[in-house]
Amino acid sequence: MGKESMLEIHNLSAGVDGKEILKGLNLSVQAGEVHAIMGPNGSGKSTLAQVLAGRGEYAVTSGSVTFNGVSLLELKPEERARAGIFLAFQYPVEIPGVNSTVFLKAAFNECRKARGESELDAVEFLALVKKKTKLLELDPALLNRAVNEGFSGGEKKRNEIFQMAVLEPKLAILDETDSGLDIDALKIVSRGVNQLRRPDNATLVITHYQRLLSYIVPDRVHVLAHGQIVKSGGKELALELEQRGYDWLLDGAAKNGKP
Amino acid sequence: MMDTLAQTDRAPANAATFLGGELGPGPAWLQSLREQARVRLGEIGFPTTEQEEWRSTNVAPLRQWPLHAAEPGARQVGPAEIEPFRLAGDGYCLVFVDGRFRADLSTPPGRDAGFQAGSLRAQWEGDARELQQHLARHAGGDANFFTALNTASFEDGAFVSVPAEAVVEQPVQLLYLAASERPGAAVHARNLIVAHSGSSLKVIETYASLTEEPHLTNAVTELALGPGARVEHCKLQNENERAFHIAAVQAAQSRDSHWLSHSIATGARLARNQIQTRLGAEGAEAILNGLYLARGEQLIDHHTVVDHAQPHCDSHEFYYGILAGRAHGVFNGKIFVRQDAQKTNAKQTNRNLVLSEHALINTKPQLEIFADDVKCTHGATVGQLNDEALFYLRSRGIGAALARRMLVRAFANDAVERITLAPVRAHLEQLLTGWFEGLDTSLSSHDR
Repeated sequence: MGKESMLEIHNLSAGVDGKEILKGLNLSVQAGEVHAIMGPNGSGKSTLAQVLAGRGEYAVTSGSVTFNGVSLLELKPEERARAGIFLAFQYPVEIPGVNSTVFLKAAFNECRKARGESELDAVEFLALVKKKTKLLELDPALLNRAVNEGFSGGEKKRNEIFQMAVLEPKLAILDETDSGLDIDALKIVSRGVNQLRRPDNATLVITHYQRLLSYIVPDRVHVLAHGQIVKSGGKELALELEQRGYDWLLDGAAKNGKP
Repeated sequence: MMDTLAQTDRAPANAATFLGGELGPGPAWLQSLREQARVRLGEIGFPTTEQEEWRSTNVAPLRQWPLHAAEPGARQVGPAEIEPFRLAGDGYCLVFVDGRFRADLSTPPGRDAGFQAGSLRAQWEGDARELQQHLARHAGGDANFFTALNTASFEDGAFVSVPAEAVVEQPVQLLYLAASERPGAAVHARNLIVAHSGSSLKVIETYASLTEEPHLTNAVTELALGPGARVEHCKLQNENERAFHIAAVQAAQSRDSHWLSHSIATGARLARNQIQTRLGAEGAEAILNGLYLARGEQLIDHHTVVDHAQPHCDSHEFYYGILAGRAHGVFNGKIFVRQDAQKTNAKQTNRNLVLSEHALINTKPQLEIFADDVKCTHGATVGQLNDEALFYLRSRGIGAALARRMLVRAFANDAVERITLAPVRAHLEQLLTGWFEGLDTSLSSHDR
């Protein structure tokens, strides 16, 4: 293709507490694309998300991750965020005592500063926030509360995508954003994600189910099993997985493991 | 003013004499109280860590200090030096420098204000009836060494009295500043606050240092709340990190009275606060709110006592501690529910955030319940910053130091929010920011 990848993961192995979970994973994502990572429970999907976001508990044992030409693994979590990585958490954290708006304004301005842009003042920021809450049909009253505190499961997930809408990352990683969402919330979240798609950004959708991919249509679908990508294909692969399950691929992965 | 002071100025004594209770000035009725207190001093003896009440807090170093009664006027203090500590806005402020009332720096209420606030000494030199009725009647019978020492020796303090049904809108600040450059200067400050039936009052009691020398503050504040009276009392202690600060705040509550007490302690090398209320008639309610921030080598100790003496009273206690460096926090929360105090509702919470492996917290609830139809709960937690929350903030681009500061600030949030006085909250915001900035260097070791 001749075009430099936005995200280039090469032979990545990583684990937690001495247990290796990712075992030589390779993945390449171009700007403007949506990639879906599917796979059974325990295959390493969330580990991949956490490693990309820089969670300290996960140790990378080998391989490299390049993001827009920069070696991502060298960066602290906040530096990755400022470089344009965004992780929508599978389980968003409740932070009592930290006001949602104060938090998001701090995050937003830290990211702008890192890009050499001027900080927004309170008035400008609130105008932006108002616009984005509409996109996600998020009750603005939630933003007066502490971060995620007392939010319903659906509100937490919508809040993640809302934050993404405000921060406008280059690469968004959605970790099981569909889990726990009813169909209406799923549509709202998907519409939000789709409206944020641009030629210069990319999305990594991590999911167990095909359902989300009817709303966020991927360019590529990858199956993660036993810490590796065992199959890649177009959007039709997701439908095939829906019908056939993962077992036929898991056998293949087991064989792959034994040369 | 200097003339009245002169008669009480004596040659500096050594610590043993000083701690033996040199009698302060005053008329015969007061002298008699002082004599009794001095006798109590001898009976109680100087606190040692052998005593349960002082097990975690060692005041023995005081005996090595060159202790002496602070000499007033040794240092010139003008309005500019006072200004940063004034929190009452346009309200009332009584200023005490090295324990002596400074009329020139104070803004007491005028004659038409509808309530009284001024120097305690001026009061006993004038109309002492209310003093005779209340002074040393609410301070727990001088059971505590330092309270007895204060009664024997105090030279001045504040007297605030609000008549029945009067509502004082503006807060009254009692501002105590240590200024003496001679190490070991001691002040026994004594405050009496009387809120008559149906009245309403907000008091801010501030203790701070203009000097960097070690000094001792031994303060006692008595509050008498008449039926239906509402008092918010906010004690702010931010003395220098060589000072010893010992204080007792003791409330006596009548029927349907409401006391909202705050103790915000961030200063001193060693600080001991005894915060105490007696719910002496039905329908009384007390809220005890506390926040202590200790770092370096500081020790900050709170001993609270809520005494449910009568039925249908409520108490809610929330104390929060943040400990860094090699600091030591002590929380001891006593709740008595007397035999008559049926339908008591008492709740106590002590939460501690420990930011360093070298910091220490001793927390101990003590419930003594003699009634059988009561609701009493207590809980204490000791924890560290939540790693998941920290990662969440950082994953949005917020740097590690700021993220940590946000979480520590969040921990203090409930305590700050309970204070209704906006200028105090604003002051605390500044104080907390300064405190965290001082911490960041000691915290930045685990950035990844």
